[in-house]
Amino acid sequence: MIKVEGLTKRYARTVAVDDISFEVEKGQIVGFLGPNGAGKTTTMRVLTCFLPPTAGKATICGFDVLENPQEVKKRIGYLPETPPLYPEMEVIEYLTFVGQIKGIPSADIKRRADEVIGRCALGDVRSKLIGKLSKGFRQRVGIAQAIIHNPDVLILDEPTSGLDPKQIIEIRELLKALSGEHTIILSTHILSEVEQSCERVIIISQGKLVAQDSVANLTNRLRGSEAVSLEVESADGHPNPTEVQGRLEQVSGVSRVMMKDSKGGRLSFEVESLQGRHIRAELARSVVNSGWNLSELRAVGLSLEDIFLQLTTVETKEDTKEEGGQR
Amino acid sequence: MRNILLICKKELKSYFASPIAYLLMAFFGLIFGFGFFTATRDFVRFSFQSQMMGQQQPMNVNDQIIRPLLGFASTIALFLVPMISMRLIAEEKRTGTIELLLTSPIRDIEIILGKWLGAVVLFLCVLGMSMLDVAMLFAWGKPDLKPVLIAYLGLILQGACLLAIGTFISTTTRNQIVAGGVTFFVCLLLWLLSWFTAFDSGPASQVVNYISIVTHFENFSKGVLDSKDVVFYLSMIFFSLFITSRAMESVRWRS
Repeated sequence: MIKVEGLTKRYARTVAVDDISFEVEKGQIVGFLGPNGAGKTTTMRVLTCFLPPTAGKATICGFDVLENPQEVKKRIGYLPETPPLYPEMEVIEYLTFVGQIKGIPSADIKRRADEVIGRCALGDVRSKLIGKLSKGFRQRVGIAQAIIHNPDVLILDEPTSGLDPKQIIEIRELLKALSGEHTIILSTHILSEVEQSCERVIIISQGKLVAQDSVANLTNRLRGSEAVSLEVESADGHPNPTEVQGRLEQVSGVSRVMMKDSKGGRLSFEVESLQGRHIRAELARSVVNSGWNLSELRAVGLSLEDIFLQLTTVETKEDTKEEGGQR
Repeated sequence: MRNILLICKKELKSYFASPIAYLLMAFFGLIFGFGFFTATRDFVRFSFQSQMMGQQQPMNVNDQIIRPLLGFASTIALFLVPMISMRLIAEEKRTGTIELLLTSPIRDIEIILGKWLGAVVLFLCVLGMSMLDVAMLFAWGKPDLKPVLIAYLGLILQGACLLAIGTFISTTTRNQIVAGGVTFFVCLLLWLLSWFTAFDSGPASQVVNYISIVTHFENFSKGVLDSKDVVFYLSMIFFSLFITSRAMESVRWRS
């Protein structure tokens, strides 16, 4: 349905998207995940023919975004980060206008508008001015606008940003209901959202694709590695943090050591292992052998949040010990 | 064509949903009415005087009221145009609605033509206010219709031409005030150009004179329909809208 090959978008000074390739099957909901400024919006803008790519190819339903933009545009519904609304129009008036410019035959427009109004629960505000609507309603009008011409592909840029929890749940339900007939790409930087509403995740960071897999696979795969929280005390009460950190990093199977806190001669760390390695015993031995006291050692699970951070933070260590196709 | 009319209709709706359309119409109606009142009063006084002196001087409503008035209107148009054209595309860029238009299956040129057409229609509405006054002359006098029509055609062409330039300027920024300010400056410049060359007839000033939008209006205001003036306005409109479409493309490449 959507096929992206080697997509690159360069602005005057920066590379916003760097050689990204992925494919999305019909009927899937795909989460596009990344920190702010990672290139999510740029990628979506290329897919919607708003921006031309610098290099690479993107096709939607078999039509190239550069060669056949009109055909692509007919088949996509797009909700930009800020819903493109005209505050001086009434909801129904606006939806009619969008329906018209999307090329719906005039005979069908009223029916389609009524349908999306029902679907997005906009019945109560049907003839209100958009400028007077609350944020949640505006977002829903934005979604209604994206689906009015019944597009094959829906591209939603942060559809739940700025909404309250109840509204987020409503939008999530709406997306689930839509997923059967539409292929949906939604971008977000909120992880729970991806866990709950997407089948697949594409994680990008600094314009590069860092992971793409099903949500279940990604969590499973990365949960194979272990995270350990430990607290170290020294006999004289003044442990040297860099020394301890250095020692911990030397333990085999450790991928990352993060200092969390130091209070009254106690240092607490969080240590992550490489995949499939058990490091707790080895860590304990190393601490004790160095003459420090080990006051706490406990395994903590890696949440999707940690995985995300792991994938998207730039490694400062020169020797990236990571393996297993994460990078 | 359907798309152009759609955009045009949407533009007009938003003009008339905000006070701007009514303000411009009232503002223009008032100023033109003031000019009309003064010109007519002077005309009447003058004709009384000449009758009392016993000498019949040739009096002409066309030459003495309508022509200077419509020339006056063409000057006011220079102030109206920036206020009409400034929001056209700058506003869409600021609120992000440009993304909706550019990702819909309509062509850039349809968006531009629709918007420009909407602006021209509003300009016609504003200009229409002056017809109230002119109609009175027809009700109580016997002016010649043809030169009046030609002068109006000139006003419309001049307005459409300046609006096309304004549309282009509005495409280059997301700030309405900047768009309006620059458009006003350009309008003023095109007007002043004719002054610089008033007492000079070298080849350079002939070129400058030709570019000045106002000099082309002069023929229309005299009731002379010269194809060279019509061609000038039409080619200016075409050129401006063409560079607008190029600027729109650069919006895509850069933003």
